[in-house]
Amino acid sequence: MPGIKLRVVLALSGFALACAAHTQEAVAPKKAAVQTKKAASAPKEAITAEFEKFREMMEDASPAELFEAKGEDLWKAKRGPKNASLEQCDLGLGPGVLKGAYVRMPRYFADADQVMDAERRIVHCMVTLQGYKVEDLAKQPFSNQSRTPDPVSLVTYVAGQSRGMKIAVPQKHPKEREAYDVGREIFNFRAGPWDFSCASCHGESGKRIRTQDLPNLTSKEETIRAFQGWPGYRMTGGLMHTLQWRMNDCFRQQRFPEPGYASETIADLLTYMGVNANGHLYKGPGIKR
Amino acid sequence: MADPMRIRAASKDGVVNVKVLMSHEMETGQRKDAAGKVIPAHFIQSVSATWQGKVVLSAQWGPAVSKNPFIEFNFKGGKAGEKIGITWTDNKGDKRTDEAIIN
Repeated sequence: MPGIKLRVVLALSGFALACAAHTQEAVAPKKAAVQTKKAASAPKEAITAEFEKFREMMEDASPAELFEAKGEDLWKAKRGPKNASLEQCDLGLGPGVLKGAYVRMPRYFADADQVMDAERRIVHCMVTLQGYKVEDLAKQPFSNQSRTPDPVSLVTYVAGQSRGMKIAVPQKHPKEREAYDVGREIFNFRAGPWDFSCASCHGESGKRIRTQDLPNLTSKEETIRAFQGWPGYRMTGGLMHTLQWRMNDCFRQQRFPEPGYASETIADLLTYMGVNANGHLYKGPGIKR
Repeated sequence: MADPMRIRAASKDGVVNVKVLMSHEMETGQRKDAAGKVIPAHFIQSVSATWQGKVVLSAQWGPAVSKNPFIEFNFKGGKAGEKIGITWTDNKGDKRTDEAIIN
C-alpha cells in the first residue's frame, strides 16, 4: 500500500512539474537569459525596495504601537517593591517630561553621575523609584517568544513621545564629550577571534550581510539609520527590540563578549552614533524586517 | 486579559476607512517549543465591527493570519464623531472589544 501511494504522489508531482515547465516555455522562452542577467545585477536593490514599500504601507499601523500602549500603561501604573509609578522619572528635561526626551539622550545625569541612554535611564528609574533590582531586570533583558520585558515597552512608549522631533543629543557636559570619544574608540576597536570592529561592517557605504544592506555609520547622511526605526518591531518572530538589543547583537555577531545590560559601553556607543545623527528628524518607533 | 487594540477611523466623502491593529499571539498549533512539544493553537476566530449597533464587517479567521494582525476596511454611511466598535474572539474563548470615534 505505501508503495502505491508514493507512486501516485510522484506521478502527480511529475505532472505538476511538466505543467510548470510548459507554461514557462510558452510565456517567455527568449526572455529567460535577459532575466537572469538582471536578477544577478540587482537582487539587493529589488529586495530592499520591496521591503521599503511594505514598510511605508505599515508605517501608520505599525505593531510597535501596541508596545507603546503597553509601555504607557506600565509607565503610569504603581508597580514594584515600592509600589510607585514612573511618572516622577526625570529623563533629562525634568521629572515626568517625556516630550522630546528620547531624542536628547544619551545625556549626562547628575544624580547618577553617568551618561545614560534612554533604556539605561529607564532602568535607573525603575531601580530608584520602584525598587526593582538591576540583576533581576538583567536576567532577561531582551524580548523572546514568550515574554517582552517591561523596559522594552517603556522605551518604546518614551520614544513615541519624540515622534517627528529633531535629534539633539547634547555635548555640553565634559562627560558627554568623553562618552562620544570613548564611543568612537569602541566603534573602531578591532578585536575578538575575527579581528572585527563595528567599522568593519559599518564604516563604508554599499556593504551588506546577505540581503540586508548595512548603513555606513561614519557618513553624515546614513548615520541617522543607527537611530531611525529604533526601537523597532521585527517582522521575523514578531518581537519588539530596542537599541540595547541591537548593540548587544552586533557584539555577538562580531564574536565579542557581550556587554552587560544597560552598561556604560553601550551608552558611549549610542552617544557617538546619536551625536552623529544630530539634526535629523526622528520618526518614532519603527518596523524592521 | 488581552491587550488593547489600536483603532483608527476616518471619514471622507461618505466612506469611513477603518484601520485596526490587534495584539495577539496567533499561534498556529503547528510549531514546537525548544523541548519538542507542540505549542497549542491560539488564534482569533471571529472579528466583527459595529457602527450604530449595526454590524458593518464580520470575519472568520484561522491560524494563517499573522501575529499582531492588522485589518483595514471601508464602509459607507459613517460620519465624523460617531462610534465604531471592534470585537474579536479567539479559540480559547478570550474576547476583547474596543471602541473609537470616527474622525
